[in-house]
Amino acid sequence: MINITINSQAVQVPEDSTILQAARMINVQIPTMCHIEKRDPIGACRVCLVEVEGAKILQAACSTPVSEGMVIHTNSKKARMARRFVVELLLSEHDGNCQTCDRGSDCELRTLGEDMGISDLAFEGEKIKPHMDETTPALIRDSAKCIKCRRCVTVCNEVQGVGALYPQDRGFDVFIGPAFCRDLKDVACVQCGQCAAVCPVGAIAEKSSTPAIWDAIENPDICVVVQTAPAIRAALGEEFGYEPGTRVTGKMVAALRRLGFDSVFDTNFTADLTIMEEGTELLTRLKKALVDKEDVALPMFTSCSPGWINFAEFYFPQFLPNISTCKSPQQMFGAVAKSYYAEKIGVDPKNMIVVSVMPCTAKKFEAQRPEMNADGIQDVDYVLTTRELAKMIKEANLDFNSLPDEEMDAPLGLSSGAADIFANTGGVMEAALRTAYEIVTGRELPVENLHVAPITGLDGIKEASLVIEGTVDDWKFLEGVELKVAVSHGLGNTRRMLEYVKANGCPYHFVEVMTCPGGCIGGGGQPRFTDDSVRLKRIAGIYAEDEGKKLRKSHENPDVQKLYQDFLGAPLGEKSHHLLHTHYAPKSQTMSD
Amino acid sequence: MSISSCTCGQDVTETELMTRLEEVIKENKDKAGGLIPALQMAQIIFGYLPDMVVDRIAEGFNKTITEVAGVISFYSFFTRNPRGKYLVRVCLGTACYVRGGKEVLEAIKKRLEIDVGETTEDRQFSLEVGRCFGACGMAPVVMVNDETYQRVKPARINEFIAQFATDEELVLEGEEK
Ligand code: SF4
Ligand code: SF4
Ligand code: SF4
Ligand code: FES
Repeated sequence: MINITINSQAVQVPEDSTILQAARMINVQIPTMCHIEKRDPIGACRVCLVEVEGAKILQAACSTPVSEGMVIHTNSKKARMARRFVVELLLSEHDGNCQTCDRGSDCELRTLGEDMGISDLAFEGEKIKPHMDETTPALIRDSAKCIKCRRCVTVCNEVQGVGALYPQDRGFDVFIGPAFCRDLKDVACVQCGQCAAVCPVGAIAEKSSTPAIWDAIENPDICVVVQTAPAIRAALGEEFGYEPGTRVTGKMVAALRRLGFDSVFDTNFTADLTIMEEGTELLTRLKKALVDKEDVALPMFTSCSPGWINFAEFYFPQFLPNISTCKSPQQMFGAVAKSYYAEKIGVDPKNMIVVSVMPCTAKKFEAQRPEMNADGIQDVDYVLTTRELAKMIKEANLDFNSLPDEEMDAPLGLSSGAADIFANTGGVMEAALRTAYEIVTGRELPVENLHVAPITGLDGIKEASLVIEGTVDDWKFLEGVELKVAVSHGLGNTRRMLEYVKANGCPYHFVEVMTCPGGCIGGGGQPRFTDDSVRLKRIAGIYAEDEGKKLRKSHENPDVQKLYQDFLGAPLGEKSHHLLHTHYAPKSQTMSD
Repeated sequence: MSISSCTCGQDVTETELMTRLEEVIKENKDKAGGLIPALQMAQIIFGYLPDMVVDRIAEGFNKTITEVAGVISFYSFFTRNPRGKYLVRVCLGTACYVRGGKEVLEAIKKRLEIDVGETTEDRQFSLEVGRCFGACGMAPVVMVNDETYQRVKPARINEFIAQFATDEELVLEGEEK
């Protein structure tokens, strides 16, 4: 520990702290822009300048380490004026109109300017060269608004291990984007939207589907069905002033009805269905490997997360056979709605539009993949992010906070707690184990409160193993087998895990991969700003939703059982195969092919 | 301008060039700061840095294409365009600038129908600008490969270019105008 003084307050802080960390320990606020928690500071923006006694120039708090006896003034006039000048410069180069910008109250540049009392600019700077990139289904990039803070670069390279963004050119012409200032579709971007989630301004955002959805709702000849992903219910409230993690499931349903959707359903329903299909697929693969001694791809990887699918197609094509053939719950929902449900209510699937509300931008990409249709009918038509849904609710003048709690519609609205936890890292694995263990042994998964503790929480790569004992007749071959599973979230962690598996062989049978840090609750389409404290609160909200349910296991969902009885037959049966499963092919990540 | 990779059909040469590139990558990939020397060598081998070379270097150095592109575009001595047989560099240093260098540049651009940093489609000429070739007394100055040409006149650019044009069509076209 070393002694320093911040704004006349003496404090002891750990030796390796930065000024910023030290200040935060005693609740002294210093504005930041380029800084991201847990990442090495890059000191690019200079928004965090503070005065250090004895130093000739002002220091960037985020990247300056403290030293014994240091005397720091964060709010001296000199420091404030310097920071103000930095922000004025940013604003003077910035080419945006707050009135029409996608970012409103959550724009960090605008807020910073307001907080500093900058009401008009003394100078008009040379504006940044504008470039609009609308080449991908998921994202739009408006370079005129980019303040070059490089948060997106840090996230895309270090957190996601993708590296589709990097500073190009130099000096005033610096352009933060793909290789040689190309567009996102020309590089191996996985469309996860983590860049959009950390961008402080309106320079990267999801591509909006809202206008088309309003049109569909207005059209009396079209049946508009909506599904909501499990992660929405623990985050949507944040857009209306609730604490992160507050569950607003009932109000969300009420809001969707008032927006005019004809049926309000739950992606949770098809999460339960996914467990039936994916669990059976895993057991089948194990049987082939252990009993029939067939050459079958193990470990099996989960397939719910479309950013991960893109990542595997670009960077790890050798593992494509290991990815479960199950479509994601979003796509399964579309396929079931446009067959089973359409038939039930006597609507021609051509006159049905399926809208999803997802925490994710990659889901927009997934929905329009050519693989994602049955008999030429696209499973899902439009995808809204959590943020876009909040905007629609505001646009429709609904007073969200005073809405009643309402229930999802039948028959695609009922779900188990196992489906809820699809929202967070470790959840799909836990849901699968709850069901698979019970199928194989006839007994409930023997862990406290049905939670598999080693795979919960925010560690990047988590492992668990489970010895299967007391198997029922059909699954005797699994008696005594030690089932090994792993969970990774964030593609950087996933890359590390896969490199390990490539080099050392695979110790696992089943691996869950989620693209975004924390899982879907930390998705690229969630309310801003998401840091670890917000992630943990949302995860707590999701576990509470799970624990509050009567049904905790997917195979107990009576409406899923009925779907099999009346329509699908058995898991992995012919109809399932046709509607609910698919395959992927390698994609090139180079520029020359 | 669109950037095309080598399609000249000289397969043998290209394979040879790629082999040399592989050697360069092998030599540099484990050295700290080896990327920039490798890119410089690659540019010497190919004359420029086409997509194919960038792809290979990124792969060899285990970096993303976008990061390698960031490094290439940061340094002005790297070029992404193939160089023509004749590299025409127009001096825009102060002396040349005030004595008509700018007009010379405009005339050459118009004559060759390319912009600064580009190469004619027939790969005869590339155009660049320079800052003082040390012949200010004779401004405006143009360098073509290693030769210096002094007191170049914008009005006589067609003849100036014609002396290099070996391509028949280009000569004719030049004379016509
Ligand atoms: S990015 Fe922020 S400051 Fe810029 S136009 Fe949008 S809201 Fe305004
Ligand atoms: S969407 Fe994901 S992969 Fe693509 S640029 Fe953004 S962070 Fe990188
Ligand atoms: S796009 Fe956004 S996050 Fe990326 S550098 Fe620009 S302002 Fe920062
Ligand atoms: S936050 Fe410190 S330099 Fe950007």
